[in-house]
Amino acid sequence: MLEHYASLIIKAIFIENLALSFFLGMCTFLAVSQKVKTSLGLGVAVIVVQTITIPVNNLLYTYFLKAGALEWAGYGHVDLSFLGLISYIGVIAAMVQILEMALDKFFPVLYNSLGIFLPLITVNCAILGGSLFMVERDYNFGESVAYGLGSSIGWALAIAILAGIREKMDYSDSPEGIRGLGMTFMVCGLLAIVFMSFAGISL
Amino acid sequence: MKIKELILDPIIKDNPIALQILGICSALAVTVQLKNVFVMCAAVTLVLAFANMGVSIIRNHVPSSIRIIVQMTIIASLVIVAEQLLKAYVYDQWKTMAVYVGLIITNCIVMGRTEAFGMKNGPIESFFDGIGNGLGYSFILIVVGFFRELFGSGKLFGIEVFQLVQDGGWYQPNGLMLLPPSAFIIIGFITWLIRMKDPSQIEESN
Repeated sequence: MLEHYASLIIKAIFIENLALSFFLGMCTFLAVSQKVKTSLGLGVAVIVVQTITIPVNNLLYTYFLKAGALEWAGYGHVDLSFLGLISYIGVIAAMVQILEMALDKFFPVLYNSLGIFLPLITVNCAILGGSLFMVERDYNFGESVAYGLGSSIGWALAIAILAGIREKMDYSDSPEGIRGLGMTFMVCGLLAIVFMSFAGISL
Repeated sequence: MKIKELILDPIIKDNPIALQILGICSALAVTVQLKNVFVMCAAVTLVLAFANMGVSIIRNHVPSSIRIIVQMTIIASLVIVAEQLLKAYVYDQWKTMAVYVGLIITNCIVMGRTEAFGMKNGPIESFFDGIGNGLGYSFILIVVGFFRELFGSGKLFGIEVFQLVQDGGWYQPNGLMLLPPSAFIIIGFITWLIRMKDPSQIEESN
Protein backbone atom coordinates (compact mmCIF):
# COMPACT_ATOMS: atom_id res chain seq x y z
CA MET A 1 0.00 0.00 0.00
CA LEU A 2 2.74 2.41 1.01
CA GLU A 3 4.66 1.35 -2.04
CA HIS A 4 1.73 2.33 -4.24
CA TYR A 5 1.70 5.88 -2.84
CA ALA A 6 5.47 6.20 -2.99
CA SER A 7 5.55 5.20 -6.63
CA LEU A 8 2.71 7.64 -7.36
CA ILE A 9 4.74 10.47 -5.83
CA ILE A 10 7.96 9.55 -7.65
CA LYS A 11 6.03 9.25 -10.90
CA ALA A 12 4.46 12.67 -10.42
CA ILE A 13 7.80 14.29 -9.63
CA PHE A 14 9.99 12.88 -12.38
CA ILE A 15 8.15 10.94 -15.06
CA GLU A 16 5.04 13.08 -15.33
CA ASN A 17 6.59 16.37 -14.30
CA LEU A 18 3.88 19.02 -14.62
CA ALA A 19 6.21 21.70 -15.93
CA LEU A 20 8.51 19.77 -18.19
CA SER A 21 6.33 16.94 -19.49
CA PHE A 22 2.89 18.55 -19.55
CA PHE A 23 3.97 22.19 -19.85
CA LEU A 24 1.67 23.51 -17.19
CA GLY A 25 2.33 26.70 -15.28
CA MET A 26 4.66 27.83 -18.03
CA CYS A 27 3.97 31.56 -17.82
CA THR A 28 5.08 31.91 -14.22
CA PHE A 29 7.72 29.27 -14.89
CA LEU A 30 9.36 31.49 -17.49
CA ALA A 31 8.59 34.87 -15.97
CA VAL A 32 9.63 34.25 -12.34
CA SER A 33 12.79 32.21 -12.82
CA GLN A 34 15.51 34.83 -12.90
CA LYS A 35 16.69 34.22 -9.34
CA VAL A 36 16.92 30.94 -7.47
CA LYS A 37 15.68 32.52 -4.26
CA THR A 38 12.43 33.94 -5.64
CA SER A 39 11.76 30.82 -7.65
CA LEU A 40 12.12 28.68 -4.55
CA GLY A 41 9.62 30.93 -2.76
CA LEU A 42 7.16 30.44 -5.58
CA GLY A 43 7.86 26.71 -5.58
CA VAL A 44 7.01 26.41 -1.88
CA ALA A 45 3.82 28.40 -2.38
CA VAL A 46 2.78 26.06 -5.19
CA ILE A 47 3.48 22.99 -3.04
CA VAL A 48 1.31 24.33 -0.22
CA VAL A 49 -1.61 25.33 -2.44
CA GLN A 50 -1.51 22.24 -4.65
CA THR A 51 -1.36 19.78 -1.74
CA ILE A 52 -4.49 21.38 -0.29
CA THR A 53 -6.56 22.04 -3.41
CA ILE A 54 -6.25 18.67 -5.15
CA PRO A 55 -7.67 16.65 -2.22
CA VAL A 56 -10.39 19.29 -1.67
CA ASN A 57 -11.36 19.16 -5.33
CA ASN A 58 -11.31 15.39 -5.10
CA LEU A 59 -13.88 15.47 -2.29
CA LEU A 60 -15.94 18.00 -4.23
CA TYR A 61 -15.91 15.77 -7.29
CA THR A 62 -16.72 12.56 -5.43
CA TYR A 63 -19.54 13.93 -3.31
CA PHE A 64 -21.12 16.63 -5.49
CA LEU A 65 -20.18 16.64 -9.15
CA LYS A 66 -19.71 13.07 -10.36
CA ALA A 67 -22.64 11.35 -12.07
CA GLY A 68 -24.71 9.86 -9.27
CA ALA A 69 -22.62 11.57 -6.59
CA LEU A 70 -25.63 13.32 -5.06
CA GLU A 71 -27.09 9.93 -4.08
CA TRP A 72 -26.69 10.85 -0.39
CA ALA A 73 -29.02 13.84 -0.84
CA GLY A 74 -31.60 11.85 -2.75
CA TYR A 75 -30.71 13.23 -6.18
CA GLY A 76 -28.94 10.16 -7.57
CA HIS A 77 -29.92 10.88 -11.18
CA VAL A 78 -28.24 14.31 -11.30
CA ASP A 79 -24.93 14.68 -13.17
CA LEU A 80 -23.20 17.96 -12.42
CA SER A 81 -19.83 17.13 -13.94
CA PHE A 82 -20.14 19.95 -16.49
CA LEU A 83 -19.77 22.38 -13.59
CA GLY A 84 -16.33 20.93 -12.86
CA LEU A 85 -14.18 23.72 -14.24
CA ILE A 86 -15.97 26.55 -12.52
CA SER A 87 -16.05 24.71 -9.17
CA TYR A 88 -12.36 23.78 -9.25
CA ILE A 89 -11.25 27.29 -10.08
CA GLY A 90 -13.58 28.62 -7.37
CA VAL A 91 -11.99 26.27 -4.84
CA ILE A 92 -8.53 27.31 -5.96
CA ALA A 93 -9.28 31.04 -5.80
CA ALA A 94 -10.92 30.65 -2.40
CA MET A 95 -8.10 28.47 -1.06
CA VAL A 96 -5.49 30.99 -2.17
CA GLN A 97 -7.44 33.77 -0.50
CA ILE A 98 -7.88 31.84 2.76
CA LEU A 99 -4.27 30.75 2.76
CA GLU A 100 -3.19 34.33 2.29
CA MET A 101 -5.25 35.48 5.27
CA ALA A 102 -4.18 32.54 7.46
CA LEU A 103 -0.50 33.02 6.69
CA ASP A 104 -0.79 36.73 7.34
CA LYS A 105 -2.28 36.05 10.77
CA PHE A 106 -0.29 33.07 11.98
CA PHE A 107 2.99 32.98 10.04
CA PRO A 108 3.86 36.58 9.14
CA VAL A 109 7.45 35.64 8.24
CA LEU A 110 6.34 33.08 5.69
CA TYR A 111 3.65 35.47 4.47
CA ASN A 112 6.15 38.20 3.81
CA SER A 113 8.34 35.91 1.77
CA LEU A 114 5.48 34.28 -0.17
CA GLY A 115 3.19 37.30 -0.23
CA ILE A 116 3.51 38.48 -3.80
CA PHE A 117 3.42 34.97 -5.24
CA LEU A 118 0.16 33.82 -3.77
CA PRO A 119 -2.21 35.78 -6.05
CA LEU A 120 -0.12 34.66 -9.03
CA ILE A 121 -0.87 31.06 -8.15
CA THR A 122 -4.60 31.41 -8.86
CA VAL A 123 -3.79 31.71 -12.54
CA ASN A 124 -1.03 29.12 -12.50
CA CYS A 125 -2.35 26.40 -14.75
CA ALA A 126 -0.29 23.75 -12.95
CA ILE A 127 -2.78 24.00 -10.07
CA LEU A 128 -5.93 23.66 -12.15
CA GLY A 129 -4.21 21.14 -14.41
CA GLY A 130 -3.39 18.99 -11.40
CA SER A 131 -7.06 18.94 -10.41
CA LEU A 132 -8.14 18.07 -13.94
CA PHE A 133 -5.64 15.21 -14.15
CA MET A 134 -6.83 13.96 -10.77
CA VAL A 135 -10.39 13.76 -12.14
CA GLU A 136 -9.30 12.24 -15.43
CA ARG A 137 -7.35 9.48 -13.69
CA ASP A 138 -10.01 8.67 -11.08
CA TYR A 139 -7.76 9.02 -8.06
CA ASN A 140 -9.31 8.27 -4.69
CA PHE A 141 -8.77 10.60 -1.74
CA GLY A 142 -5.47 9.12 -0.54
CA GLU A 143 -4.06 9.01 -4.05
CA SER A 144 -5.06 12.60 -4.66
CA VAL A 145 -3.09 13.74 -1.59
CA ALA A 146 -0.05 11.86 -2.86
CA TYR A 147 -0.52 13.21 -6.38
CA GLY A 148 -0.93 16.79 -5.16
CA LEU A 149 2.26 16.55 -3.13
CA GLY A 150 4.29 14.83 -5.83
CA SER A 151 3.21 16.95 -8.77
CA SER A 152 3.84 20.22 -6.94
CA ILE A 153 7.27 19.09 -5.72
CA GLY A 154 8.07 18.25 -9.33
CA TRP A 155 7.03 21.72 -10.47
CA ALA A 156 9.06 23.40 -7.73
CA LEU A 157 12.08 21.28 -8.61
CA ALA A 158 11.81 22.23 -12.28
CA ILE A 159 11.59 25.97 -11.62
CA ALA A 160 14.54 25.79 -9.22
CA ILE A 161 16.65 24.01 -11.86
CA LEU A 162 15.72 26.56 -14.52
CA ALA A 163 16.51 29.47 -12.22
CA GLY A 164 19.89 27.95 -11.39
CA ILE A 165 20.73 27.65 -15.07
CA ARG A 166 19.53 31.18 -15.81
CA GLU A 167 21.69 32.62 -13.04
CA LYS A 168 24.73 31.02 -14.62
CA MET A 169 23.71 32.26 -18.05
CA ASP A 170 24.27 35.81 -16.97
CA TYR A 171 27.91 35.20 -17.82
CA SER A 172 27.29 34.03 -21.37
CA ASP A 173 27.61 36.37 -24.31
CA SER A 174 24.61 35.48 -26.44
CA PRO A 175 23.35 37.22 -29.60
CA GLU A 176 21.21 40.26 -28.83
CA GLY A 177 17.85 39.05 -30.08
CA ILE A 178 17.91 35.80 -28.16
CA ARG A 179 18.74 37.33 -24.79
CA GLY A 180 16.14 36.85 -22.11
CA LEU A 181 13.02 35.09 -23.27
CA GLY A 182 14.35 33.43 -26.42
CA MET A 183 17.23 31.87 -24.54
CA THR A 184 14.97 30.77 -21.71
CA PHE A 185 12.70 28.99 -24.18
CA MET A 186 15.59 27.04 -25.64
CA VAL A 187 16.98 26.12 -22.22
CA CYS A 188 13.52 24.87 -21.28
CA GLY A 189 13.41 22.80 -24.44
CA LEU A 190 16.72 21.13 -23.55
CA LEU A 191 15.58 20.62 -19.94
CA ALA A 192 12.39 18.99 -21.19
CA ILE A 193 14.43 16.62 -23.34
CA VAL A 194 16.47 15.74 -20.26
CA PHE A 195 13.30 15.00 -18.30
CA MET A 196 12.06 12.81 -21.13
CA SER A 197 14.78 10.35 -20.28
CA PHE A 198 12.80 9.50 -17.14
CA ALA A 199 9.92 8.36 -19.32
CA GLY A 200 11.39 4.91 -19.78
CA ILE A 201 11.30 4.14 -16.06
CA SER A 202 8.39 1.97 -15.07
CA LEU A 203 7.32 1.81 -11.45
CA MET B 1 -6.92 54.06 -29.58
CA LYS B 2 -7.78 52.95 -33.05
CA ILE B 3 -9.38 49.61 -33.62
CA LYS B 4 -6.92 48.77 -36.38
CA GLU B 5 -4.01 49.25 -33.99
CA LEU B 6 -5.76 47.21 -31.33
CA ILE B 7 -6.07 44.32 -33.72
CA LEU B 8 -2.71 44.49 -35.49
CA ASP B 9 -0.31 45.53 -32.73
CA PRO B 10 -0.36 42.30 -30.76
CA ILE B 11 0.69 40.28 -33.79
CA ILE B 12 4.33 41.42 -34.00
CA LYS B 13 4.86 44.54 -31.93
CA ASP B 14 3.32 43.36 -28.67
CA ASN B 15 2.90 39.65 -29.13
CA PRO B 16 1.31 37.94 -26.13
CA ILE B 17 3.57 34.89 -26.31
CA ALA B 18 6.87 36.33 -27.51
CA LEU B 19 6.86 39.53 -25.49
CA GLN B 20 4.23 39.48 -22.76
CA ILE B 21 4.98 35.83 -21.72
CA LEU B 22 1.29 34.96 -21.59
CA GLY B 23 -0.50 31.80 -22.63
CA ILE B 24 2.46 29.55 -23.24
CA CYS B 25 1.29 26.19 -21.89
CA SER B 26 -1.25 25.53 -24.60
CA ALA B 27 1.12 26.83 -27.26
CA LEU B 28 3.41 23.92 -26.46
CA ALA B 29 0.90 21.21 -25.90
CA VAL B 30 -1.57 21.44 -28.79
CA THR B 31 0.77 22.23 -31.68
CA VAL B 32 1.50 18.71 -32.95
CA GLN B 33 -1.26 18.94 -35.57
CA LEU B 34 -2.49 22.03 -37.38
CA LYS B 35 -6.10 20.89 -37.07
CA ASN B 36 -5.91 21.06 -33.29
CA VAL B 37 -4.13 24.39 -33.53
CA PHE B 38 -7.00 25.97 -35.41
CA VAL B 39 -9.64 24.65 -33.03
CA MET B 40 -7.64 25.87 -30.04
CA CYS B 41 -6.97 29.30 -31.58
CA ALA B 42 -10.62 29.83 -32.40
CA ALA B 43 -11.63 28.86 -28.86
CA VAL B 44 -9.03 31.09 -27.22
CA THR B 45 -9.71 34.10 -29.44
CA LEU B 46 -13.45 33.99 -28.85
CA VAL B 47 -13.18 33.40 -25.11
CA LEU B 48 -10.64 36.20 -24.88
CA ALA B 49 -12.73 38.70 -26.84
CA PHE B 50 -15.95 38.03 -24.97
CA ALA B 51 -14.30 37.81 -21.56
CA ASN B 52 -12.55 41.09 -22.16
CA MET B 53 -15.82 42.70 -23.23
CA GLY B 54 -17.74 41.21 -20.31
CA VAL B 55 -15.21 42.37 -17.75
CA SER B 56 -15.15 45.80 -19.35
CA ILE B 57 -18.94 46.17 -19.15
CA ILE B 58 -19.07 45.55 -15.40
CA ARG B 59 -15.72 47.15 -14.54
CA ASN B 60 -17.23 50.14 -12.74
CA HIS B 61 -19.47 48.04 -10.52
CA VAL B 62 -16.92 45.57 -9.16
CA PRO B 63 -15.01 46.33 -5.93
CA SER B 64 -11.32 45.85 -6.60
CA SER B 65 -10.82 43.37 -3.75
CA ILE B 66 -12.98 40.71 -5.41
CA ARG B 67 -12.24 41.52 -9.03
CA ILE B 68 -10.06 38.45 -9.61
CA ILE B 69 -12.77 36.03 -8.61
CA VAL B 70 -15.36 37.94 -10.67
CA GLN B 71 -13.12 37.80 -13.73
CA MET B 72 -12.52 34.12 -13.10
CA THR B 73 -16.25 33.45 -13.01
CA ILE B 74 -16.83 35.23 -16.31
CA ILE B 75 -13.92 33.45 -17.96
CA ALA B 76 -14.88 30.07 -16.55
CA SER B 77 -18.47 30.38 -17.80
CA LEU B 78 -17.25 31.24 -21.29
CA VAL B 79 -14.80 28.35 -21.29
CA ILE B 80 -17.54 25.94 -20.25
CA VAL B 81 -19.63 27.16 -23.20
CA ALA B 82 -16.65 26.73 -25.53
CA GLU B 83 -15.94 23.28 -24.15
CA GLN B 84 -19.52 22.09 -24.59
CA LEU B 85 -19.56 23.45 -28.17
CA LEU B 86 -16.31 21.67 -29.04
CA LYS B 87 -17.57 18.47 -27.46
CA ALA B 88 -20.72 18.71 -29.57
CA TYR B 89 -19.21 19.59 -32.95
CA VAL B 90 -15.54 18.52 -33.10
CA TYR B 91 -15.47 15.64 -30.66
CA ASP B 92 -12.27 14.05 -32.02
CA GLN B 93 -10.22 17.19 -31.58
CA TRP B 94 -11.77 17.84 -28.21
CA LYS B 95 -10.70 14.40 -27.03
CA THR B 96 -7.06 14.88 -27.93
CA MET B 97 -6.79 18.20 -26.12
CA ALA B 98 -9.42 17.89 -23.41
CA VAL B 99 -7.37 19.16 -20.47
CA TYR B 100 -5.98 22.09 -22.41
CA VAL B 101 -9.40 23.40 -23.38
CA GLY B 102 -10.30 23.52 -19.71
CA LEU B 103 -7.02 25.24 -19.05
CA ILE B 104 -8.06 28.23 -21.17
CA ILE B 105 -9.48 29.44 -17.85
CA THR B 106 -6.05 29.79 -16.37
CA ASN B 107 -4.46 30.60 -19.69
CA CYS B 108 -2.87 33.75 -18.40
CA ILE B 109 -3.50 35.44 -21.73
CA VAL B 110 -7.19 35.81 -20.83
CA MET B 111 -6.62 36.87 -17.25
CA GLY B 112 -3.73 39.09 -18.26
CA ARG B 113 -5.73 40.99 -20.87
CA THR B 114 -8.88 41.40 -18.79
CA GLU B 115 -6.75 42.71 -15.96
CA ALA B 116 -4.53 44.97 -18.07
CA PHE B 117 -7.00 46.16 -20.68
CA GLY B 118 -10.62 45.19 -19.94
CA MET B 119 -10.57 46.77 -16.48
CA LYS B 120 -9.50 50.12 -17.92
CA ASN B 121 -11.21 50.51 -21.30
CA GLY B 122 -14.66 50.49 -22.84
CA PRO B 123 -16.40 47.33 -24.03
CA ILE B 124 -15.87 47.86 -27.76
CA GLU B 125 -12.14 48.53 -27.50
CA SER B 126 -11.83 45.59 -25.12
CA PHE B 127 -13.57 43.28 -27.56
CA PHE B 128 -11.13 44.20 -30.33
CA ASP B 129 -8.15 44.03 -27.99
CA GLY B 130 -9.25 40.47 -27.25
CA ILE B 131 -9.50 39.65 -30.95
CA GLY B 132 -6.07 41.20 -31.60
CA ASN B 133 -4.34 39.31 -28.81
CA GLY B 134 -6.10 36.15 -29.90
CA LEU B 135 -4.67 36.68 -33.38
CA GLY B 136 -1.18 37.29 -32.00
CA TYR B 137 -1.48 34.03 -30.08
CA SER B 138 -2.82 32.24 -33.13
CA PHE B 139 0.04 33.56 -35.27
CA ILE B 140 2.68 31.91 -33.08
CA LEU B 141 0.68 28.70 -32.69
CA ILE B 142 0.10 28.34 -36.42
CA VAL B 143 3.80 28.84 -37.23
CA VAL B 144 4.83 26.33 -34.59
CA GLY B 145 2.12 23.86 -35.66
CA PHE B 146 3.11 24.21 -39.31
CA PHE B 147 6.74 23.28 -38.67
CA ARG B 148 5.94 20.55 -36.21
CA GLU B 149 3.41 18.78 -38.39
CA LEU B 150 5.35 19.23 -41.63
CA PHE B 151 8.71 18.01 -40.35
CA GLY B 152 7.38 15.66 -37.70
CA SER B 153 4.98 13.65 -39.82
CA GLY B 154 5.33 15.04 -43.34
CA LYS B 155 1.73 16.24 -43.38
CA LEU B 156 -0.30 19.45 -43.24
CA PHE B 157 -3.85 19.28 -41.89
CA GLY B 158 -3.46 15.50 -42.03
CA ILE B 159 -2.83 15.56 -45.80
CA GLU B 160 0.45 14.08 -46.96
CA VAL B 161 2.97 16.63 -48.26
CA PHE B 162 6.26 14.76 -47.98
CA GLN B 163 6.00 11.06 -48.70
CA LEU B 164 7.51 9.17 -45.78
CA VAL B 165 10.23 6.54 -46.07
CA GLN B 166 8.04 3.85 -44.58
CA ASP B 167 5.44 4.48 -47.29
CA GLY B 168 8.07 4.13 -50.02
CA GLY B 169 8.82 7.87 -50.26
CA TRP B 170 11.96 9.87 -49.54
CA TYR B 171 11.27 11.80 -46.34
CA GLN B 172 12.66 10.51 -43.06
CA PRO B 173 10.46 12.17 -40.42
CA ASN B 174 12.13 14.09 -37.63
CA GLY B 175 10.87 12.38 -34.49
CA LEU B 176 11.95 15.27 -32.26
CA MET B 177 9.34 17.50 -33.88
CA LEU B 178 6.56 15.29 -32.54
CA LEU B 179 7.85 15.67 -29.01
CA PRO B 180 6.81 18.70 -26.96
CA PRO B 181 10.35 20.05 -26.32
CA SER B 182 10.66 20.96 -30.01
CA ALA B 183 7.90 23.54 -29.51
CA PHE B 184 10.08 25.34 -26.96
CA ILE B 185 12.94 25.53 -29.38
CA ILE B 186 10.76 26.72 -32.29
CA ILE B 187 9.17 29.42 -30.13
CA GLY B 188 12.67 30.42 -29.04
CA PHE B 189 13.63 30.95 -32.67
CA ILE B 190 10.42 32.86 -33.43
CA THR B 191 11.12 35.18 -30.50
CA TRP B 192 14.62 35.70 -31.82
CA LEU B 193 13.33 36.56 -35.32
CA ILE B 194 10.72 38.96 -33.98
CA ARG B 195 13.35 40.73 -31.91
CA MET B 196 15.70 41.04 -34.84
CA LYS B 197 12.91 42.74 -36.75
CA ASP B 198 11.93 44.96 -33.82
CA PRO B 199 15.07 45.66 -31.72
CA SER B 200 13.14 47.66 -29.12
CA GLN B 201 12.01 44.35 -27.59
CA ILE B 202 15.57 43.17 -26.87
CA GLU B 203 16.26 42.51 -23.20
CA GLU B 204 19.38 43.66 -21.39
CA SER B 205 20.47 40.46 -19.70
CA ASN B 206 19.94 36.76 -20.19
